Amino acid sequence: MQSAFSLSFSQSSLTLPNRPLCSSNASPRNLRREAFGFSPSKQLTSCRFQVKSRRIEVSAAAGGNGAPSNKSFDYDLVIIGAGVGGHGAALHAVEKGLKTAIIEGDVVGGTCVNRGCVPSKALLAVSGRMRELQNEHHMKSFGLQVSAAGYDRQGVADHANNLATKIRNNLTNSMKALGVDILTGFGSVLGPQKVKYGKDNIITAKDIIIATGSVPFVPKGIEVDGKTVITSDHALKLESVPDWIAIVGSGYIGLEFSDVYTALGSEVTFIEALDQLMPGFDPEISKLAQRVLINPRKIDYHTGVFASKITPAKDGRPVMIELIDAKTKEPKDTLEVDAALIATGRAPFTNGLGLENINVATQRGFIPVDERMRVIDGNGKLVPNLYCIGDANGKLMLAHAASAQGISVVEQVTGRDHVLNHLTIPAACFTHPEISMVGLTEPQAREKAEKEGFKVSIAKTSFKANTKALAENEGEGLAKMIYRPDNGEILGVHIFGLHAADLIHEASNAIALGTRIQDIKLAVHAHPTLSEVVDELFKAAKVESPASTTPQSVKATV
Amino acid sequence: MPALSSTMTEGKIVSWIKTEGEKLAKGESVVVVESDKADMDVETFYDGYLAAIVVGEGETAPVGAAIGLLAETEAEIEEAKNKAASKPYSSAVVPSPPPATSSPAPAIAQPSPAAAASDGPRKTVATPHAKKLAKQHKVDIGSVAGTGPFGRITASDVEAAAGIAPTVTPPPPPPPAAGAPAPTAKATTTSSPPLLPDASIVPFTAMQSAVSKNMIESLSVPTFRVGYPVNTDALDALYEKVKPKGVTMTALLAKAAGMALAQHPVVNASCKDGKSFSYNSNINVAVAVAINGGLITPVLQDADKLDLYLLSQKWKELVGKARSKQLQPHEYNSGTFTLSNLGMFGVDRFDAILPPGQGAIMAVGASKPTVVADKDGFFSVKNKMLVNVTADHRIVYGADLAAFLQTFAKIVENPDSLTL
Repeated sequence: MQSAFSLSFSQSSLTLPNRPLCSSNASPRNLRREAFGFSPSKQLTSCRFQVKSRRIEVSAAAGGNGAPSNKSFDYDLVIIGAGVGGHGAALHAVEKGLKTAIIEGDVVGGTCVNRGCVPSKALLAVSGRMRELQNEHHMKSFGLQVSAAGYDRQGVADHANNLATKIRNNLTNSMKALGVDILTGFGSVLGPQKVKYGKDNIITAKDIIIATGSVPFVPKGIEVDGKTVITSDHALKLESVPDWIAIVGSGYIGLEFSDVYTALGSEVTFIEALDQLMPGFDPEISKLAQRVLINPRKIDYHTGVFASKITPAKDGRPVMIELIDAKTKEPKDTLEVDAALIATGRAPFTNGLGLENINVATQRGFIPVDERMRVIDGNGKLVPNLYCIGDANGKLMLAHAASAQGISVVEQVTGRDHVLNHLTIPAACFTHPEISMVGLTEPQAREKAEKEGFKVSIAKTSFKANTKALAENEGEGLAKMIYRPDNGEILGVHIFGLHAADLIHEASNAIALGTRIQDIKLAVHAHPTLSEVVDELFKAAKVESPASTTPQSVKATV
Repeated sequence: MPALSSTMTEGKIVSWIKTEGEKLAKGESVVVVESDKADMDVETFYDGYLAAIVVGEGETAPVGAAIGLLAETEAEIEEAKNKAASKPYSSAVVPSPPPATSSPAPAIAQPSPAAAASDGPRKTVATPHAKKLAKQHKVDIGSVAGTGPFGRITASDVEAAAGIAPTVTPPPPPPPAAGAPAPTAKATTTSSPPLLPDASIVPFTAMQSAVSKNMIESLSVPTFRVGYPVNTDALDALYEKVKPKGVTMTALLAKAAGMALAQHPVVNASCKDGKSFSYNSNINVAVAVAINGGLITPVLQDADKLDLYLLSQKWKELVGKARSKQLQPHEYNSGTFTLSNLGMFGVDRFDAILPPGQGAIMAVGASKPTVVADKDGFFSVKNKMLVNVTADHRIVYGADLAAFLQTFAKIVENPDSLTL
């Protein structure tokens, strides 16, 4: 059927709306006269326009995710990786009206839900209670008597697994309910605004976010067998509780696992390459943390050494770990333990993403991005419409940083510029007691102060002064705030004590909003609560500037 | 039956992980065997089927004996079963490579014997807790014998070397995979009698658990007891004189015991490893004190050397600390000899249980006026106190103990030497 439509004007090409006009008795009302610029003199008969059809691979779910706003793409936004970062970005995108798809090659939820935050917190909840119940002295001080507390390993492992499954399902359902298309298969970038997933499914998107996350990094020379030499992935399944486990790496992952294992009855040996344990924390906090979390427990450590070779247990021999001096590389010692946990950090998962198709080169595996999470290619130029968030870009390898970065990207693609200030992102270590921090450590603050020429002051308070902490017999703790006494700007807050991970947010909110100490020190806190610890910090600070008469916020500098 | 340690001669099957007829994959654990040191999972080196179990759960077999038969294919399982039935302990020892055709392979694979002890001189491997305890109790970690897996030195090895009672027991290992809830008093496997109605169960505190553990450990020591009547008239007179100066009867007795021990060093020794005398250079008399909820033994160090007044003062301090639970470990675990006195209750004699790590313990009763007859047949009334010493017969023999008691009695009956 040819299109029998004669036009009596000789303009250049007509831009027709991409809508089929198919009706044997097309009434003039169906035609947009303005577009055609003439009045039809006769009635139109059959007319069919060629509609450029696209093969849409997936069935769009019902819900708020309607047709893409820009018709030439399958989706407004495609996210590769359905972990915490991808999920956060997806939810925000749908809220902003973007047609979104998320590609997942393994399990929804990624590391956080399945092999990270969620199961580890479940295990730490168990270890916290175990430790408390076994602390005879502690129980006695309450007047409680507890007979020998024990645990069933499978039960503990099940708690962690069930929680991971529950959260994974919640995540999946929340995305489905909002109309995010969940595409299964390994995703990769084929070219600008073009993504492939699974065997050979190709979709186009106006913007692409890479959120493929990271995997446990295993240094060379270490042979992981999943039973006696394990990474955090295996450890979280808690298939066994060894009598003696060596933990390579004393960062927050190693520290949390030492908490779990010692509470369940194991002895722990830390192997740390740097000269100090817990290198990432504020030094004062890490000194106190060492006194509370390491010295009284069945833990010893070797610092300034690398584990150059680790062989799993076999033939009746234990796990053998060869230690070499970190600087001189000379052999130092050999450890014989029942198990070894490799907690030396995480490596970005960016292989096979097709980055070469867009001329992007990874740096030690990380995808280079600018402060707006825009990907930078091999020539130092920004790749348009391509972003990378979360562990894959290495800026701040924390779950909530990933989702904050995702939200920042969605803000940008929907027209509002947004630059995420990473100094306002808090971090926490869920040992017992917990450690949390936001902003700069004392040495970092002093360095900045030297360079920029301002003074730095420290306010400190002990949990022993807090009524609620004493009521719980958990007076062991310290909170410290590093601030500028001239204008009341908060530079950093560090807390070590009961519920530190929850208490830090007052400080991180203040920093994010640029709230100054003199404006917040009169805010009232309920009594008796642990939050009064943070209140004490504010009240103890001596600021020269007066409080502002109207609530104002000063934009915190990056 | 694999050799799981160099000292193992026979092993007990704790449990079969796989059942008869189950498929086995190379490297899978098949059975759990108890050696003289620990329970170990034994893996199979071959794929196949567990055709027959030759040695069942709870049974023992010498190292090298067949404990089960592995068939390569399902068809051979029947054959293997017959073989197992006819020859309970097959003499086929070494795992031979799977035979070419249909005869089922013999015994389940054995891991190579732990090369631990045969490797020549081994470096000392000590667990973190062991190292901490060694530092705390000033024990040379290199001199401690390791009894943990692979010969490592564990916390209990260090505690044994320091001669102290292990305090809080570590969290109990998870119960075996049976998963049954804790049995009530009516459990079929245990033989404890059912609870009477209205009985209440109060779990042990850490101190009570430690006492219980020590008492059970003491059952493995061969002990004997020797009693002696001591005339305390002179001692009582001395006591009246020095009481206003703060001296207690405990101090008097401890000093007397200390001085007697100085003359009989074997009673101050102990037998730590079952094959040697451990003579102690100091005479530290531990005295048993009942504190509410428990029992503790503060130690009077160098009881023979310190003078009476100093000893009494120290004793007062120790008792105060004991009552407020502030005794340091070295103040209660450094004893070489123990003194226990129940005289204040009117008890005339009792025998004490020897604490682990010591050679002797002296149980002292009340001093009571008793009618005695002398060799001429005249009666008189004297204060008599019955002293009973329990000693480890591996190191202290009858004559040694009797001689010690004779010396002790002489010191007590001529107590002026005590005030020196």
